[in-house]
Amino acid sequence: MQIKQLSVFIENKEGRLEGVTQVLTDHNINIASFSLADSAEYGVLRMIVSDPEMGRQALKEKGFSASLTDVIAVKIAQKPGTLHQVLRLLFEAGFSVEYMYTLATAGTDTSIIMKISDINGAIDVLKKNCYGVCTAKEAYEINNIINK
Amino acid sequence: MIWNEAKECMSRDEILNMQGVRLKKTVKRVYHNVEFYRKKMQQMGLEPGDIRGIEDLNKLPFTTKEDLRENYPFGLFAVPQSEVVRVHASSGTTGKATVVGYTRKDIDIWQECVTRVLAMSGIGANDKIQVAYGYGLFTGGLGLHYGAENLGATVIPMSVGNTKRLITMMEDFEATAIACTPSYLLHIAETLEEMGKVDKIKLKAAICGAEPWTENMRREIEAKLNLKAYDIYGLSEILGPGVAADCDAHNGLHVYEDHFVPEVINPDTLETCKEGEVGELVFTTITKEALPLFRYRTKDLTSISYDPCECGRTIARISRFKGRSDDMLIIRGVNVFPSQVEAALLEMGETSPHYILIVDRVNNLDILEIQVEVAEHFFSDEIRKLEGLTKKISHVLQTALGLAVKVTLVEPKTIARSEGKAKRVIDKRKLL
Repeated sequence: MQIKQLSVFIENKEGRLEGVTQVLTDHNINIASFSLADSAEYGVLRMIVSDPEMGRQALKEKGFSASLTDVIAVKIAQKPGTLHQVLRLLFEAGFSVEYMYTLATAGTDTSIIMKISDINGAIDVLKKNCYGVCTAKEAYEINNIINK
Repeated sequence: MIWNEAKECMSRDEILNMQGVRLKKTVKRVYHNVEFYRKKMQQMGLEPGDIRGIEDLNKLPFTTKEDLRENYPFGLFAVPQSEVVRVHASSGTTGKATVVGYTRKDIDIWQECVTRVLAMSGIGANDKIQVAYGYGLFTGGLGLHYGAENLGATVIPMSVGNTKRLITMMEDFEATAIACTPSYLLHIAETLEEMGKVDKIKLKAAICGAEPWTENMRREIEAKLNLKAYDIYGLSEILGPGVAADCDAHNGLHVYEDHFVPEVINPDTLETCKEGEVGELVFTTITKEALPLFRYRTKDLTSISYDPCECGRTIARISRFKGRSDDMLIIRGVNVFPSQVEAALLEMGETSPHYILIVDRVNNLDILEIQVEVAEHFFSDEIRKLEGLTKKISHVLQTALGLAVKVTLVEPKTIARSEGKAKRVIDKRKLL
């Protein structure tokens, strides 16, 4: 249920972001979803891609600092209050969210990618409460069918 | 005025004669009291009696900063600790400080030298001088302080760090002189301009040193503040500020040859340079008690002249410095070696040793930025952790260098790799 997120360190400099997408394009790697966190001098590009390991290797060869991070993708319905319910559930169980963003969705509903203090604990809690959690394959291929 | 005409205006023969007598005495004392020099001289087959006069100076061994470091902290002291009344320390090349010591007599000589400098700059007992060098282990603050007191001037011991307060006191106390780094004085001048207070201040002289500066900077300072600016030189290993300084002629810095014998050598061949030829400045102390040094290699590049100066002084003059024969940087008066940065980073164990120092001067204040490549093994996908890392590196470097540092994380392999010696410094300051 854990998904490998491809994270890359990017300086706030012209052409660096384009440098990353160039490498992924050259290796025929699809970006399913991404989020860019930025500070004054640098950013961290976080991506869910079709082949994270190959993506990491390819970026490393081109001199980028890239790593794989374990995240989860929780499936939620596209209606008011669903995100709040998930967050409250995790909060009450004592987990903290380091960051989150949405996973691109083929259908009408959506998934939320989260980096959580205790991934396995969070997956257990979510499952007990009947939330669907994307498999790696589902996430990498944007094939996330909503169960709840 | 000339504070000590008897010592500053001797004939060349008198100077050489006095230097010979003092050198012989120093060599004898050092040979018996400092194991380091005794061993070195024995290895060279040199006995104290072989030094018969100043003409034998070049028979003596050289001393380097590394020698001081290897004998850290007091190994080269030539007196028992009971006779040492003060120590100072400056940053070493790899973290360990260079420690120097003074006896009561050494302190007396030091203040005499600084007094000569101040008198040469037209300062006297009626002046009020703001000493805006750092007080503490750095020799700048206390060195100028005691010299000015010895002169009878009123000392305002500002130290560094609060420009607004310095300006308030400059105005309220009607300070007539200031001692600080030239870049800081330019910063003060600009702050005064912004505050519209240039007309309110009474400064007539500035004693600037502890970092290299140019004739253009001197003119700029003089024009902005309507005062006379003088160059003072020194290094803690030899004394501190007051080893040499320039007079109204601004045609080289007068070296107090009755205490320090200057030589200029070719840093590669170690041969003595001809008069006027540029090389590395070397000093031998001939009166120091606590830490006498033979032929200490300053790494500062200059040339020497023995022509009497139009001011009446006959002591040797060294030209404005042409740079360094090593990679030491002087940033806001603080000595910085790239190797210190490397040692501190490696000690942290978290960063790759790929780094570069970028020195710039913004609003006349030196800024040190250190770019460090983010190695894969410590890259985090969380900004919070990366910012934590930046803070940690800044803190470690600030502690190691004694200087505020801006740390920037950069992508791997973006710092240029050069063949052979890595380029570790980009100095954007336009000094020479």
